[in-house]
Amino acid sequence: MVRAKKMIDKIKELMWKPEQIRNMGIVAHIDHGKTTLSDNLLAGAGMISEELAGQQLYLDFDEQEKERGITINAANVSMVHEYKGKEYLINLIDTPGHVDFGGDVTRAMRAVDGVIVVVDAVEGVMPQTETVLRQALRENVKPVLFINKVDRLIRELELTPDQMQEKLMNVILEVNKLIKAMKPEKYKEWMLRVEDGSVAFGSALYKWAVSVPAMKETGVGFKEVYKYLKEDNWKELAKKSPLHKVVLDMVIRHLPSPIEAQKERIKTIWKGDINSPEGQAMVRCDPKGPVALMITKIIVDPHAGEVAVGRLFSGTIKPGMELYIVDRKRKNRVQTVGLFMGPKRVEVPEIPAGNIVAVVGLKDAVAGSTCSTLENFEPFEEIKHISEPVVTMAIEAKNPRDLPKLIEALRQLAKEDPTLHVTLNEETGEHLISGMGELHLEVKVEKLRREKGIEVITSPPIVVFRETVTTTSPVVEGKSPNRHNKFYIVVEPLPEGVIKLFKEENIDLKKADKKELRKKLVEAGLSGEEASGIVDYYEGNVLCDVTKGVQYLNETMDLIIQGFREAMSAGPLAREPCMGVKVKLVDCKLHEDAVHRGPAQVIPAVRGAIYAAMLQANPTLLEPYQKVFITVPQDMLGNVTREIQGRRGQILEMRTEGDLVTIIAKAPVKEMFGFAGAIRSATAGKAMWSVEHAGFEPVPQALLENFIMEVRKRKGLKLELPKPEDFLP
Amino acid sequence: MLLLIGMGLWDERDISCKGLELARKSDVVFVEFYTSKLMGSNLERISEFLGREVVEIERSDLEENCSKIIEIAKERDVAILVPGDPMIATTHSSLVLEAKRKGVEVRIVHSASIINAVCGLTGLHNYRFGKSATVSYPYGGTLSKTPVEVIRMNRSIDAHTLLFLDLHPKPMSIGEAIGILEKADESVSELFGVGIARAGSEDPFVRCDRLKVLKNVDFGEPLHVLVVLAKTLHFMEYECLREFASAPKELEELVA
Repeated sequence: MVRAKKMIDKIKELMWKPEQIRNMGIVAHIDHGKTTLSDNLLAGAGMISEELAGQQLYLDFDEQEKERGITINAANVSMVHEYKGKEYLINLIDTPGHVDFGGDVTRAMRAVDGVIVVVDAVEGVMPQTETVLRQALRENVKPVLFINKVDRLIRELELTPDQMQEKLMNVILEVNKLIKAMKPEKYKEWMLRVEDGSVAFGSALYKWAVSVPAMKETGVGFKEVYKYLKEDNWKELAKKSPLHKVVLDMVIRHLPSPIEAQKERIKTIWKGDINSPEGQAMVRCDPKGPVALMITKIIVDPHAGEVAVGRLFSGTIKPGMELYIVDRKRKNRVQTVGLFMGPKRVEVPEIPAGNIVAVVGLKDAVAGSTCSTLENFEPFEEIKHISEPVVTMAIEAKNPRDLPKLIEALRQLAKEDPTLHVTLNEETGEHLISGMGELHLEVKVEKLRREKGIEVITSPPIVVFRETVTTTSPVVEGKSPNRHNKFYIVVEPLPEGVIKLFKEENIDLKKADKKELRKKLVEAGLSGEEASGIVDYYEGNVLCDVTKGVQYLNETMDLIIQGFREAMSAGPLAREPCMGVKVKLVDCKLHEDAVHRGPAQVIPAVRGAIYAAMLQANPTLLEPYQKVFITVPQDMLGNVTREIQGRRGQILEMRTEGDLVTIIAKAPVKEMFGFAGAIRSATAGKAMWSVEHAGFEPVPQALLENFIMEVRKRKGLKLELPKPEDFLP
Repeated sequence: MLLLIGMGLWDERDISCKGLELARKSDVVFVEFYTSKLMGSNLERISEFLGREVVEIERSDLEENCSKIIEIAKERDVAILVPGDPMIATTHSSLVLEAKRKGVEVRIVHSASIINAVCGLTGLHNYRFGKSATVSYPYGGTLSKTPVEVIRMNRSIDAHTLLFLDLHPKPMSIGEAIGILEKADESVSELFGVGIARAGSEDPFVRCDRLKVLKNVDFGEPLHVLVVLAKTLHFMEYECLREFASAPKELEELVA
């Protein structure tokens, strides 16, 4: 306790010296050892007992995290480390590696300035490594590399020192390749080099690590490591070249302080005027500037209620202060401010710019909110989530009396995690939760049971399809209910490049430079006419106005867009969301009087015409796919391939290493439910496996009608394929 | 047969004798209050006056689901009671067209409409009116420019403009309408206009002045309509407006 108190005092002092702060995250593929590394860094810094670290998974403090043995939430913790006689405050965020919780990683990247990328020496760079590194680089967050489980190279793969070196160099090469591809302009500065110590090697579990600069102090180099490991004397190695010192030294040397980082990062994450007083305050990380706080996470504390966690880019937050939740147009009063020591939140009187803070009282904030003392503060760039929800479950309260409680709890969950979508179907009274995968939903449902004490019944997980078209439709005439307005619509497949462009560049059609946007859209595959006429992008679909000189069209366009969006959020085949549809308004005839072309006329006319057009453009369903990576002993290969092939899966690649084989396969998410249990029993628990999202692909033609009817049945729709006439009055 | 029967301006007794007779003889009687309203009456009073069951129908029955009514009209006589004069509302024209195309006989029984009541209440000459337009509530921040465009065009040929006021979600007042017009084009506030409230009732209210003045006049209960005057007035129109609509002396400057 004494030590803890002393630690808090130190932290309180250091948080005012931004050049002595490092805000960093740890990211990796699942099971590459992030949480073990975090725990041992904490232990080394004197935050938890050394004996317990590594077994306790201190940062996996959620009950479910301990039981499932994985990190689900991004956990925050602060610690102090001494480097060259100076003390540093390190604010650390450990992030989940499972693909279902990618949203947490994305948000955590906004709060930090640097990351340790952890890679398993045996497995090397895995797809999720690539995804998380991409997320970091996109946020302009600088990486350093820790290659973990180096002992496995010797013990399991029995490599010679030369082979070992080659294997390690390959990992570094792969990571550098990614940095070069994502950030060519920064490559020179950010390239990872063994010589300068931006790479460290070691074992998080056995608490040792080496790097070139550390070697100069300790005299422990590769040769020594090899010798110690051959002798299985890792205890001695951990004493001579301790993990936390080598890794935290690397962090302090190579990751930027908030002062350095904010000079560069503000441009990436904030689109306001950089020369305005508030822009300059953030660039300078000025504690006297206006408060600029980006919320990256909402957690629920049993005592304090909702706690908003985020990165403070300028200003100083104190209790009693009033902050605008800019994106919600609300004003909230700060009750307390604090920072994290593992699961514990420690309250402090005030926190200055450059830190990761925990604020109680911002009840209107959600993950992604911008908070400021200025009412008209330009909100931070939206945090981009790389994947979209693919799995849905229906959920109801076991006891109908719990219904209001359940609705409240679902709202809360959605607020904490923007990748979780909650919808209430007014007609059936059924609540749907949609998320990134089966595990994601299971964890959330379990949370309802444990933390809110609500007993719930859930449906088996359901895949959310996407509706799309494969050919060009004829021109379809849609009439308004009063027959006084006509809309002529054509739909066709949208080139993938267009979706990619909107997703990656977060284009705002109202603000974008017309000429430049037109050029980009033409490059992405639209015709010049379509590119000039683009009026809306909605969830992977676009609406183009290619009419010429239609009177009153500008007064009606908002309603047409509304009709388009309604059609795109529930398509004609089975009311599933649409994706990859290009809708063209080729002509229209409008009544001159606005009351005769109001919402009740325009929206159904446009929606119906789009539906009828889609049905004449060879519509189909797309289903989400996953890539599966399974590593098993050679003799179990047959069991694994059988398991994959039974799930409409496709083996893409097999790699053999020692007596292990890694199978890379692709399978529809729909067939992957229950895979965890199945693979465990098929391989006697010897398989190591992970998945990543692999986008959407058309369902097999032979199964199309079945799938459509399955969804229609579930939704209580007529059990026959819809016809174009059904949607035209 | 499909019968469209005009109900006139104010209450159930504004229906014509012929309309009343035919409605009583029909197999089915519907009434709609979507295209306009009969402010001095209601469904019960109409039903009582006719001495038979009357069913209220909605916009969707007249529009996207109109085939149901047409189907009934193939076999039996269906009367639809309509406030004002049928066919003035565009909705009815599409219904009649659809019925004729499906081989259903259609008969229309006319009645008074606000279009002629305006002449009666103001003394403005019918042949001096140009196009009409509706002032609608802005939807999602989009303001229709149509009414101010129509006023401009009509004035360019020296014609009056009759403006209907939006009914949904609630009947618009003259004050609100002028506010909306000013947002589309602030110069309209200097124009002269005539506001008319409760045409066809025992206590109609008519007032002529510049729109900026009318904006703050309390016209009382709905329904309201507004006329924006042409560039010039016939001296008879001027005298009527002075007499019927308390027009200010300065209106004289418009007399050609």
